[in-house]
Amino acid sequence: MNPVIHLDNIQKTYRSGEVDVRAVRGVDLTVQPGEFVSIMGASGSGKSTLMNMLGCLDRPTGGTYRLDGVDVSRLNRDQLADIRNLKIGFVFQGFNLLARTAAVENVELPMLYQHAKISSRERRERALQSLEIVGLAQRADHFPSQLSGGQQQRVAIARSLINRPALLLADEPTGNLDTQTSIEIMGIFQKLNEQGITILMVTHELDIAQYTKRMVVLRDGLIVSDTAVVNRSNAEKELAKLKSEQQAVQLH
Amino acid sequence: MTRIFATLRLALRALRRNKLRTVLTMLGIIIGVGSVITAVSITTGATKQVEDRVASLGQNVVTVFSGNFTSGGVRGGWGGAPTLTIEDADAIRNQTTDVVAVSPEVRDRSQILANGQNWNTQVLGEGPDYPQIRSWKIQDGAMFTEQDVRSLGKVAVIGKTVVDQLYPGEDPVGETLRIRDIPFKVVGVLESKGFNLFGQDQDDVVIIPYTSHMRRVSKRTALNSILVQASSTERITKVQEEITNLLTDRRKNREPDFTVRTQLELAQMATSTSKIMSVLLGAIASVSLIVGGIGIMNIMLVSVTERTREIGIRMAVGARGHDILVQFLIEAVTLSAIGGLIGIGLGFGASRIIAHATGWPTFTPLWWVLVASFSSALVGVFSGFYPAWKASKLDPIEALRYE
Repeated sequence: MNPVIHLDNIQKTYRSGEVDVRAVRGVDLTVQPGEFVSIMGASGSGKSTLMNMLGCLDRPTGGTYRLDGVDVSRLNRDQLADIRNLKIGFVFQGFNLLARTAAVENVELPMLYQHAKISSRERRERALQSLEIVGLAQRADHFPSQLSGGQQQRVAIARSLINRPALLLADEPTGNLDTQTSIEIMGIFQKLNEQGITILMVTHELDIAQYTKRMVVLRDGLIVSDTAVVNRSNAEKELAKLKSEQQAVQLH
Repeated sequence: MTRIFATLRLALRALRRNKLRTVLTMLGIIIGVGSVITAVSITTGATKQVEDRVASLGQNVVTVFSGNFTSGGVRGGWGGAPTLTIEDADAIRNQTTDVVAVSPEVRDRSQILANGQNWNTQVLGEGPDYPQIRSWKIQDGAMFTEQDVRSLGKVAVIGKTVVDQLYPGEDPVGETLRIRDIPFKVVGVLESKGFNLFGQDQDDVVIIPYTSHMRRVSKRTALNSILVQASSTERITKVQEEITNLLTDRRKNREPDFTVRTQLELAQMATSTSKIMSVLLGAIASVSLIVGGIGIMNIMLVSVTERTREIGIRMAVGARGHDILVQFLIEAVTLSAIGGLIGIGLGFGASRIIAHATGWPTFTPLWWVLVASFSSALVGVFSGFYPAWKASKLDPIEALRYE
């Protein structure tokens, strides 16, 4: 089986004026199917740049990137768009849902750009199934503005799953959410990962990274540590703990 | 196909989202197309009316007018001093080919008396083929004959207006009317023909044999004009040339004192004004279409900027540049096409209202409706292309970051 991600000496250099900025200076990384990886690093560590390249939103200036067995480092804009459509599911910090568009239609969006024709009825069915997975089927007709942050992020997760991608990429998915909602979202990720979905998540919060299986730390465009997560948090247990604490606070 | 419909639905939703802006943007196209349709309806109606009047001149008619623009040092238009002779008319009848009928014409205005009434009217001296040349039917009685022409017969065929004035509610056939005190017997009544090119009432007329007119009434020796009917439309120009050559030959060394005009030329002259008008109105209307297009381009550029984040999201989930281009292009075309349709409706309504209010004949030709819809869609494509292209070239990373 091909690794989902295989990075070989990936580099990204920006030209800003006369100065070359080497945002990513040669990263080797292999992610096997079924892994749940967090990428950590301070701002300026190059993790956003790496994330953009992993998400096929940007091309590396050096090295090769094989995604699910396909070399995507030299593809053109349109080919990258197709890869994003079929192989990658995005979850962003800011949810990035289309405003004034019902949840279910947001989830359908990636299917609109697929080459294979999908009937509108099938699109609707698949979108509803996807919303079911994140527990939001009953809110299918709501607009993003009528949903809480956690609910919006769950719609975004449902959207990312719609084309059964090889890789789910999450960029600070809990950055805009409170603690309890963050744990709920991590619970969904853990559940999806148990079902075999490969997840790569960028975060700068250690307690959030604690829910993943493997932690990669980036500094100055290079990987400085790559370790398995010990004492891994379980979202269900953490949630139960949080709730009992809240009750305890109320009792006092 | 499903994708086109999906994109169209998307475009309609985006346009509904900002109704006031959509309507204001469309207004440019609505006014543009509306004024095109109104202008075309009015000028087409006018042209049609003129054409009908030209057709009422008769079928394949070539007219020889006496006089020329310069004749013997005296400048004058057609129908100046009578210089044509009966011999000229006979020569045309006998020496030219492709001529089916000839009618020498003498014109005069006279006071006529009948039934104790009097009426000032046009008295025409014509040949017996006159109704045939002008495709003018005799309603009652019959046209006078060649025999009447030869015998200077005192017979007359009269128009509807004269009947109404002199014989209200009576049958004039067989009655007598007096032209300059000479009694003429009414032998026929012409069908009503209405107004001619120059706004004259063609039914206000008394027609008598040209010989009678020349010898008995006007005492003239020359004809005002000669009406000639060519055998077919294709022969008109040839007949015109032949007549010109024949009459020039007959005048030997004298300057030509006649003008030969075909019905076709008259039609062209009569419609030239309305043609200029339609070109002018069309130009104004195209300018307003262009202005409308600029409005659309402006709004689409604003829209692309406002929706940068949406574009980023779409690109992130797999939209190609081409998909984004098509989305915005269809939005622009939808905008202008709907504006165009409303404009067509409005123009149609406006021309009907104008027709009702002023009594001008208006006519909206179908192919102009097609041209208007097509050009409004084209305006949409042109004005939408640059903004759409700009949107399609956005960098997804930048677009996603856009606040």
